[in-house]
Amino acid sequence: MGTRTGMEVSAAISEAVKLARAEIIAAYPITPQTHIVEELARMVADGELYAEFIMVESEHSAMSACVGAAAVGARSFTATAAQGLALMHEMLYIASGLRLPIVMVVVNRAMSAPISIWGDHSDIMAERDSGWIQLFAETGQEAFDLTIQAFKIAEDQRVSLPVVVNIDGFTLSHVIEPLVVESQEDVDKFLPPFKPVIQLDPDKPITIGAVGFPELYTEIKKQQNVALVESYKVIIEVWKQFREQFGREYHPIETYRSEDAEILIHIAGSTAGTARVAVDMLREKGEKVGLIRTRLWRPYPFGDIRKTVAKAKAIAAVDRCLSFGGPGGPMCSELKAALYNLDQRPFIAGFIAGLGGRDIMIEDFFTIVEETKRLLEEGQEDEYRMIGVRE
Amino acid sequence: MPEEKQNPDFIPRLISPREFFAEGNRGCQGCGEALAIRQFLKAAGPDTIVCSATGCVEIISSPYPETAWRIPWIHVAFENAAAVASGVEAGIKILKKHGRYHDRKINVIALAGDGGTADIGIQAFSGALERRHNFTYICTDNEAYMNTGIQRSSATPYGASTTTSPAGKESIGQTTPKKDMPMIAAAHDIPYVATCCPSYPMDLLAKAARAFNTEGPAYLHVLSPCPTGWRHESHLTIEIGRLAVETGVFPLYEIIDGKLKMSVVMKKRKPVSEYIKHQGRFRHLRPDEIEEIQKNVDEKYERLLHRAELDQSLEN
Ligand SMILES: Cc1ncc(C[n+]2csc(CCOP(=O)(O)OP(=O)(O)O)c2C)c(N)n1
Ligand code: SF4
Ligand SMILES: [Mg+2]
Repeated sequence: MGTRTGMEVSAAISEAVKLARAEIIAAYPITPQTHIVEELARMVADGELYAEFIMVESEHSAMSACVGAAAVGARSFTATAAQGLALMHEMLYIASGLRLPIVMVVVNRAMSAPISIWGDHSDIMAERDSGWIQLFAETGQEAFDLTIQAFKIAEDQRVSLPVVVNIDGFTLSHVIEPLVVESQEDVDKFLPPFKPVIQLDPDKPITIGAVGFPELYTEIKKQQNVALVESYKVIIEVWKQFREQFGREYHPIETYRSEDAEILIHIAGSTAGTARVAVDMLREKGEKVGLIRTRLWRPYPFGDIRKTVAKAKAIAAVDRCLSFGGPGGPMCSELKAALYNLDQRPFIAGFIAGLGGRDIMIEDFFTIVEETKRLLEEGQEDEYRMIGVRE
Repeated sequence: MPEEKQNPDFIPRLISPREFFAEGNRGCQGCGEALAIRQFLKAAGPDTIVCSATGCVEIISSPYPETAWRIPWIHVAFENAAAVASGVEAGIKILKKHGRYHDRKINVIALAGDGGTADIGIQAFSGALERRHNFTYICTDNEAYMNTGIQRSSATPYGASTTTSPAGKESIGQTTPKKDMPMIAAAHDIPYVATCCPSYPMDLLAKAARAFNTEGPAYLHVLSPCPTGWRHESHLTIEIGRLAVETGVFPLYEIIDGKLKMSVVMKKRKPVSEYIKHQGRFRHLRPDEIEEIQKNVDEKYERLLHRAELDQSLEN
């Protein structure tokens, strides 16, 4: 039986890592990830978590140590943000290329310069194509649940890929929320010990990380992509098991009052909470507005998206990341790509908001919906607009 | 020697005949790095995991689907062999505690070239030593980035011509002295540091064995002649390694728990020119420039002898 309690979301994630019985934690501090790793260090020091905590000298080494540890068959975890994630960049591709089921929480933060410790999604979007399974949480409960699920998904022998759970810096990581912390017994039932597909073992010596010549590189990359695309089925399976055991339901795309909505707001992460309030207020005024939130970002749930938005007239796609000189936010681009070949598709208006910790207020969503309606009638003027810019 | 006659298999009895680094790897003829690996793996034995950095070794040993490694081996990237080994070592430690790994001693080795150690990998290197992982870091030093085409590293010796420190009208080649990695390793107060060279196999094997049996981090700095990069004839690899030691260019020593001990003291050192003359990378040097190098070698060697004397006197 779980315990209902109030808890800082960072601490809840540490609790989830402990309940998942992580064996290796290799991490380097960076705001706003620090509370997670400080709490894990405390747990190890107090004997609550029986793991090796490697206090590495950089994020590049954090991911390198996770790679080494996962390759010998230890359940490995790290957490980081922004500059730290960027420093890991090279290793992210290697972790997925070597098919090592590492779990990482990214506490999303804006990329420097100017240096900013506050939240947006530009850090993870730069790692979009790194071959990791990528999830976005909205609430503390979800962050807790996804962290436990991440190990099960990653380690499933049909998948054997690393997983990242994204949580918004400060607006999610540093808030205290009510949530259910599941018992060790129940988590153990859900998550069996890690059985690696490949392992560095003197009794069965294997070579990991060999040179891939042009005759083979393409095939190996195709294999990796097939594994990532097909992880979708396993993710759905894991969510089904999770619902059966713990009663909480998870889908690739979350919807709110979207059934009969003419205008759908699309967003990822904790800002969905504000968007939901805005939707309710607009509904009270008789506006047919709904919300969709992307939880599963990689593999991209093309089918779910197409089904969810089929009946809408327009989508207001809100990104907390700016693709410089490009067509708009990365999530907006993906939506457009997913829908372009359909005969009937909603109009898509792109918005950039919430950069570097700028709050997205209820009023901002009113503006976004108004703008979307206007653009729907008058036609698209430009690729996207930035919301809340002081001119 | 009469003893040798009685025991024609003397050396094979001292050295394991098992080869853990396969014949037929893609190293150049006379590759000092390949030879060094062959030797230290004999001291390591089968219960060994090697974490390799990107570089010649990784390229020549692992062209998928072939491999030269008869022990478990992982290559991850260029600058992080020490960090990967940290994860391997800590992973084994916790898995053993949980009863999920062999309960016997496993040698964890991080293996990198001079570039992967002295330049891009020095941060991960320093971090892993400082954290006191129980592993051995082996640097096969061929004094340049050979894998990418003989570019200079901070371990390239003064005066050597490389593709990015070319000797020319305005330049002697490498203009800076060689970074002293063994001393940098020793500055971490680790229990064991040694220099060795595959031209002295018994010395290398003994030092490797000692490193593997050390509790905590150990560092082996292996001078590895490279016919391709040093531009010497491939049959001269062993000879050139010997000359490096005999001239005092590359002194053999150990630092055990902070105390330096010379493995061999060259009372009458051969002139540095003997070492230099076989190598194309030094061909452009004028006699006065060689004289300057000789002076630096002498000074460094004397300083090393002084320190060894001092350390050994403290011992007594
Ligand atoms: C981050 C990064 N930068 C550059 C390279 C290119 N690179 C691969 S190996 C190498 C040089 C290796 O030199 P060294 O470590 O001395 O090993 P050697 O090949 O001489 O044995 C370089 C520059 C790389 N693989 N990764
Ligand atoms: S270039 Fe030098 S180090 Fe590299 S394989 Fe050839 S001989 Fe060995
Ligand atoms: Mg080199």
